[in-house]
Amino acid sequence: MSSKLDIYTTKRRGRFSNFLFTSVCFLATMTCVLMLFVLIWNLILQGKDWLSWDFVERFPSRFPVKAGIKSALWGSIWLISLTALFSVPLGVGAAVYLEEYAPKSRWRKLIQLNISNLAGVPSIVYGILGLALFVRALALERSVLSGALTLTLVVLPIIILASQEALRSVPDSIRRSAYALGATRWQTVWYQVLPASLPGIMTGVILSLSRALGEAAPLIAVGAMAYVPFVPEKLTDEFTALPIQIFNWTARPQEDFHHLAAAGILVLLIVLVSMNAIAVFVRHKYGKKIRW
Amino acid sequence: MASTPSVKKIMQPSDKATSGYSKAPMVRPSIPEGKGMRTADELAQATEKISVRDMSFYYSENRALTDISLSIPECCVTAFIGPSGCGKSTFLRCFNRMNDMIEGTRVEGEILLEGQDIYSSRTDIVTLRKRIGMVFQKSTPFPKSIFDNVSFGPKIAGIRKKKELYEIVERSLQRSALWDEVKDRLSESALNLSGGQQHRLCIARALANDPDILLMDEPASALDPASTARIEDLIFELKEQYTIVIVTHNMQQAARVSDQAAFFYQGLLVESGATEELFTNPKKQQTEDYITGRFG
Repeated sequence: MSSKLDIYTTKRRGRFSNFLFTSVCFLATMTCVLMLFVLIWNLILQGKDWLSWDFVERFPSRFPVKAGIKSALWGSIWLISLTALFSVPLGVGAAVYLEEYAPKSRWRKLIQLNISNLAGVPSIVYGILGLALFVRALALERSVLSGALTLTLVVLPIIILASQEALRSVPDSIRRSAYALGATRWQTVWYQVLPASLPGIMTGVILSLSRALGEAAPLIAVGAMAYVPFVPEKLTDEFTALPIQIFNWTARPQEDFHHLAAAGILVLLIVLVSMNAIAVFVRHKYGKKIRW
Repeated sequence: MASTPSVKKIMQPSDKATSGYSKAPMVRPSIPEGKGMRTADELAQATEKISVRDMSFYYSENRALTDISLSIPECCVTAFIGPSGCGKSTFLRCFNRMNDMIEGTRVEGEILLEGQDIYSSRTDIVTLRKRIGMVFQKSTPFPKSIFDNVSFGPKIAGIRKKKELYEIVERSLQRSALWDEVKDRLSESALNLSGGQQHRLCIARALANDPDILLMDEPASALDPASTARIEDLIFELKEQYTIVIVTHNMQQAARVSDQAAFFYQGLLVESGATEELFTNPKKQQTEDYITGRFG
């Protein structure tokens, strides 16, 4: 026999640890999937009989049979639309300034550090800030506008960070080429850098708005109502939102309200999944065209 | 192939060798004949397009270029040659002030474009860059359609009419010898083009601004021989209308396409002159060593 290794003999060594590691990773994945599955299954079992078109069409009520989530659903739609309106221009604008314009100074580092930290601040803290600033100081009262402004504070750092990441992924050669063709900085950013980073920015925006949709804590702090038998019609109207309505129902002793809560969660999940699907679609459709 | 140079190998005894590389064969890049290369006399008569006078360039405290003086004649190809890090690319980027984007850079002396100082405080960089186009080493098409790539320059210059833009795009693509290959798919993404096509697209993009001068940093250094030959043919055609400055590592390429050559070493302009003279009869030992491949 030569000293060369026979390629048909498998070494014992490493076989077991390989199997072990694969199994551990597989089990970890399955645990996550299983928990999600159980959660959704449980919700469907509890809420399916209560989920109907009437449920979406009706206002809340003391009687579970008559209760619906119309005001909460519309409140959430108002909140999310306004939040998007405020946070997208602000967030993307700040990201463009920090990435494309701001000189590399200690100030920029400090601002950057602050934004990263703000992204990790618990949302209830923003709720209290919103209560002090929008509800009290600016006297906007417990309006849908106060709620949206507070949610804007919550998602702004996330949108800035995601947009910065997207802008940073645009290679410098694109900027240099544009400058070499006689483009000004504004033209370079507007016509080349922003379009190239748009899929990344859109994904970040939609994911952070999904987070805003599920927030209850800051809205409770700024005083979203638990019982609102009308749809907001103007910015100063009082409002409620899906997570708050769900919270309210789960806190009640009657069994029927728990079923209503499950149905409400299903509605919330449907809205969230659709928003995430849009994010995936946008990324897939526009991201494919751009590769470096 | 653009040119099939008859490579004359000159095996020299080590009388001129300065170091221990005497074993390596020394190959003097050959000058192609009958390809419309400008002679030394023609170069001397050509109008001066750019004049560099005692220019030094600094990256913060480091001097990258020292007291460069050079005249770049109109409608000729000037090649900057020299080993990596000798400052030739830095020098090229001085002409359209691309070095301004790097913090802490500084220029002393002057570079005159038809008598006007490029580094004057009155210079408008946007106009300057429209007159002096640049093609980068790595082709970098914008992630957009072929049409949008070429029309970007004229568009930001304020041309809005679709018809006018289309004419410019067609003319530029024809000049860069790409029109026939892409005329049916102008709305397709430029990223679907091959490497050589992308490079010609970048040339078309620069030509769309209708510049006087075209700067090319290592044209075709990342391309296969066939694509390289196309680019070199293109340079030959373009020099009838444009003043071209190229930076290249490739001695053969410099010998094939340039009319005037300038050899840089460690931030100094060692020697410059008509390509045929510089390559056949260099005045300085360093130049001789470099072009015959003893170092660099």
